[in-house]
Amino acid sequence: MAELIQIDTNKKKNVYWPLFLIPIAVVIYIFLEDGANFLVDKVFRLEKGEHLTEAVRFFIYDTPKVLLLLTVIVFAVGIIRSYFSPEKTRKALEGKPLFIGNILASLLGIVTPFCTCSAIPLFIGFVESGIPLGVTFSYLIAAPMINEVAVVLLFGLFGWKTALLYVATGLAIAITAGWIIGRLKLERFVEPWVCEIKTGKFQMHEEKKTFADRIQAGYIAVVDIVSKVWIYIVAGIAVGAAVHGYVPENFMASIMGKDAWWSVPIAVLIGVPLYSNAAGMIPIVQALLGKGAALGTALAFMMSVIGLSLPEMIILRKVIKLPLIVIFIGIVTFGIIIVGYLFNTIF
Amino acid sequence: MKIEILGTGCARCHKLEEQTSAAVKDLGIEAEVIKVQDYKKIMGYGVMTLPALVVDGEVKVAGKIPAKEEIKKLLGGN
Repeated sequence: MAELIQIDTNKKKNVYWPLFLIPIAVVIYIFLEDGANFLVDKVFRLEKGEHLTEAVRFFIYDTPKVLLLLTVIVFAVGIIRSYFSPEKTRKALEGKPLFIGNILASLLGIVTPFCTCSAIPLFIGFVESGIPLGVTFSYLIAAPMINEVAVVLLFGLFGWKTALLYVATGLAIAITAGWIIGRLKLERFVEPWVCEIKTGKFQMHEEKKTFADRIQAGYIAVVDIVSKVWIYIVAGIAVGAAVHGYVPENFMASIMGKDAWWSVPIAVLIGVPLYSNAAGMIPIVQALLGKGAALGTALAFMMSVIGLSLPEMIILRKVIKLPLIVIFIGIVTFGIIIVGYLFNTIF
Repeated sequence: MKIEILGTGCARCHKLEEQTSAAVKDLGIEAEVIKVQDYKKIMGYGVMTLPALVVDGEVKVAGKIPAKEEIKKLLGGN
């Protein structure tokens, strides 16, 4: 027993010290560009303006920048998420009218921890407690589409404006699509066995979380997420760097440019089956943007890659019938295409 | 002791099962570790996040994978 207590106090003490790494991360972040330039120009002595030089510069600068941002933000999000749980979200959504419910569900979709493997129990849990189908869908659209990895990559590589645009339009799609699904009264397409399920009362007593526990949750999130996506990000930036250095200017203009009206729907259609490579996809898309691809087309492509995932659809097929899946994909796809055109027109 | 792992075959569910089996082995207790994949049974426990760990009918953990040491504590070891 004495040993156990010792472990506990040790844990508490160790929780705070890695926080001192954050100022160091900030300093590294500030000097990153100069550092990368110094390495490329002075240490490697590469010729300025050469294809290889610019590709290497891009890679040396962007890789640590994005990984640094990712670590810090995933940590912060891990702490924020420890205040939310699907159970609390369900409670908050119970008895809310349709439109307000859609807004709330989409917002909560961003902050509540979500994993595709929990999509079914979540769906059943929501529907069973009387939350309207449309509100449930708002949640199911927002949760995967607006996630911290996507937002960090957009922020780090595209800048805060694009990241904000992505979040805002993603929210708009989740709210509207959920609202439409709600208005269409599609409850008959829910598999009958879902309604027969008697959900038990959730009887797990939740331990009071201390702030040290929440910080711990932040570390767990970092290890969990960063260890999974870093390889995709590095690979994505490497390809992006090659595109950046070697692909001629305006190469993409004819394929993904503003004037190619068909590029938005095609980008969205290609994006749907590409789910697992979201982390690797964004750096490549960013590089393409520099080569004449239009922002709306790029944004639409990324949204469909991240928001409409084939594995999630296959899992959801267990609880909802095919017509509802098709309607769901149709509405969201349509929304993403509108967003694509909208931004191609504005910018 | 009856230990149930609620989960439908995702990587995280396998990890929880591994960790739990290891914890049981370390503690040297009599327990059977059962995988529960049926949604009707899973929902019967009222959980909305997977994987979950149920000990003797009581939900101990849902939606995360605790460290082996933590699982040992939940199983009543010290």
